Amino acid sequence: MAPPLYLLVSPYIQPATVGKQITMNCRSEVLEVSVEGRQVDEAMLALLHTILLHRSTGKFHYKKEGTYSIGTVGTQDIDCDFIDFSFVRVSSDELDRVIRKTVGEFKDAMGNGTDGMGQISLEFYQKKKSRWPFSDECIPWEVWSIKVNVVNLANEQERQICREKVGEKLGEKVINIVEVINQHEYLPKMPTQSEVDNVFDTSLKDVQPYLYKITFQITDTLGTSVSTTMRRLIKDTLAL
Amino acid sequence: MDSDLSPQDKKDLDKFIKFFALKTVQVIVQARLGEKVCTRSLSSPTGSDWFNLAIKDIPEVTHEAKKALSGQLPGIGRSMCVEISLKTSEGDSMELETWCLEMNEKCDKDIKVSYTVYNRLSLLLKSLLAITRVTPAYKLSRKQGHDYVILYRIYFGEVQLTGLGEGFQTVRVGVVGTPIGTITLSCAYRTNLAFMSTRQFERTAPIMGIIIDHFVERPFGNMGHMHPCNYRAPGEDEGAYNGVEDSQEVCTTSFSTSPPSQMGIPGKEGGVPQQVPVQPCHGAQAEHGRVSSCPPADHVPATPSSSGEDAETSSRSVEVKSVSPCDVLETTFTRKVGAFVNKPGTQVTTASLDLPFAAFAPRAYDLEENDPMVQPPESPATSSPLQGSLHSQGSGESGGPAQDDFVMVDFKPAFSKDDLLPMDLGTFYREFQNPPQLASLTIDVSSQSMAEDLDSLPEKLAVYEKNIDEFDAFVDTLQ
Repeated sequence: MAPPLYLLVSPYIQPATVGKQITMNCRSEVLEVSVEGRQVDEAMLALLHTILLHRSTGKFHYKKEGTYSIGTVGTQDIDCDFIDFSFVRVSSDELDRVIRKTVGEFKDAMGNGTDGMGQISLEFYQKKKSRWPFSDECIPWEVWSIKVNVVNLANEQERQICREKVGEKLGEKVINIVEVINQHEYLPKMPTQSEVDNVFDTSLKDVQPYLYKITFQITDTLGTSVSTTMRRLIKDTLAL
Repeated sequence: MDSDLSPQDKKDLDKFIKFFALKTVQVIVQARLGEKVCTRSLSSPTGSDWFNLAIKDIPEVTHEAKKALSGQLPGIGRSMCVEISLKTSEGDSMELETWCLEMNEKCDKDIKVSYTVYNRLSLLLKSLLAITRVTPAYKLSRKQGHDYVILYRIYFGEVQLTGLGEGFQTVRVGVVGTPIGTITLSCAYRTNLAFMSTRQFERTAPIMGIIIDHFVERPFGNMGHMHPCNYRAPGEDEGAYNGVEDSQEVCTTSFSTSPPSQMGIPGKEGGVPQQVPVQPCHGAQAEHGRVSSCPPADHVPATPSSSGEDAETSSRSVEVKSVSPCDVLETTFTRKVGAFVNKPGTQVTTASLDLPFAAFAPRAYDLEENDPMVQPPESPATSSPLQGSLHSQGSGESGGPAQDDFVMVDFKPAFSKDDLLPMDLGTFYREFQNPPQLASLTIDVSSQSMAEDLDSLPEKLAVYEKNIDEFDAFVDTLQ
């Protein structure tokens, strides 16, 4: 009969030093894919879900004496319809819905039937509580940027080749993602109960991903993405 | 080395490594079952879900893995390998990939066993889940069934990669540093999928489990993707607990956020000690090169072979059926002599002719006599221009002698049922091929109508003159 196992983790303290550490360690990874119009949804879902699989834990249940237990994360295989590819995602319909909604918006923004380029960014961040009148700061610690180049193909033969090629490419991207994640660089400390919402997204019923946000921008041929980025930077700084 | 590790930590670490090895095998084998895997997330832990991941434990696989390990743990020089191979219905086999769980000597003394190592092993399992869907063997395993099956073999000791052919690729799934060494998980997979010669079949390397028929009886044509994710194998729920043999094997479910009694460097838990990338050591030192091989015969369950044979026989029977309609359709065509003609001269089967759409060629008139819908009144030779042209060559021979030799067989079109409506597909098809002749094309009918027309002409003219106003009004509307 082994005694129950307790982990000793230092609480989430010293925001200033941690903040510095975080900004120094914020790493940015870029993945690029070229897909056909109808493959955009599935390609984005595949990559975003692969990243989120690694960045989600089970639900934390805090008990007395500062201990907590972690729920179980289930997984499921998803086959793509327009790409010769299958991927694994976390078994959480709620999370899937949120991701699909965002990917759908991205797809709509990319437009139909035209070639285009866009970028989806998945950013993991921590909240740092600030005193009034300043609002909470969101400090990213890992940013994944997926650059998408949409092409339109003329005939069915090209589409068939594209199915296979994009499948292979996505496989390479999954390997890239896994390589980065297994470098075991900075991860936020496990928080105390009062701090858990600064590190994790606790809104879902079944799993608990790190706090994340997904943004996207569409680049038209004139490269107006710069202006959208600037606008967003200004907005974020003013926290409006 | 071990002196820095507390006994409790050492015990925990060994337990973690053991269950990590077992779960690794489960993930790999389940990914090659040919079915989609689906497990549920549970917000409250059950106590048996190692590494906070819902990975089912297939009892046979756990049994084989434990047998291969024989009480040992993967360690330095002792790698645990899972070999995935393909075996065709003809008996040829080919190694597809080898997954290696190895340990090297790079130790990370400062790492916290019960927290960081555990979480990193969990992350490594997630990476394994992702990577197992990316290697080429995944697609092959999803299509297994009739032509080939995917097999697995677990062995312990020295890594063997010679069976993967030339130019095999390696993908590293990940590494986890521990105080006693660095665990690495990698996969070497074949890129040259051309089949090897039959001498490969004579290899004595035993193949242990046939994955495909482990649990579910596979009816013919029911390929892997049609099986539900959550299979209900008997005792499935208990199966998950079989991995937890006694109370000492309860996995970590409780974590603490209170301050640590032994502090490492502040902020170290969050920050990560320097990880030096480790190359996967294929051909690791193997002082104890123990390859445990299991006799193949005992472990091949009876059901897989029988269901495999059933699949084969049923496929053969389907093939026979698909050929029969073509053989059945015959007609006395003398236009060309095909390759498979056994009666010289007149009689030729349509199937042996290389005319395109030969099946649609008009049938012999013998058939028409039997056909209730078509009753050509005159001699069959030139009753329509269409048929006349087709019988232009050797048409003299087509009619007479063939009638004696012709055998009437019932035309059964594919996919048709002949027990429902009286007007079934076959009948419709026959009628379509033998429509009644156009009245205007028959000479005698036209000759008859000529006389009649001439006689009736004055009457018709009288009627038209009477209605001349109507006709004029009609013509006006057209303008």
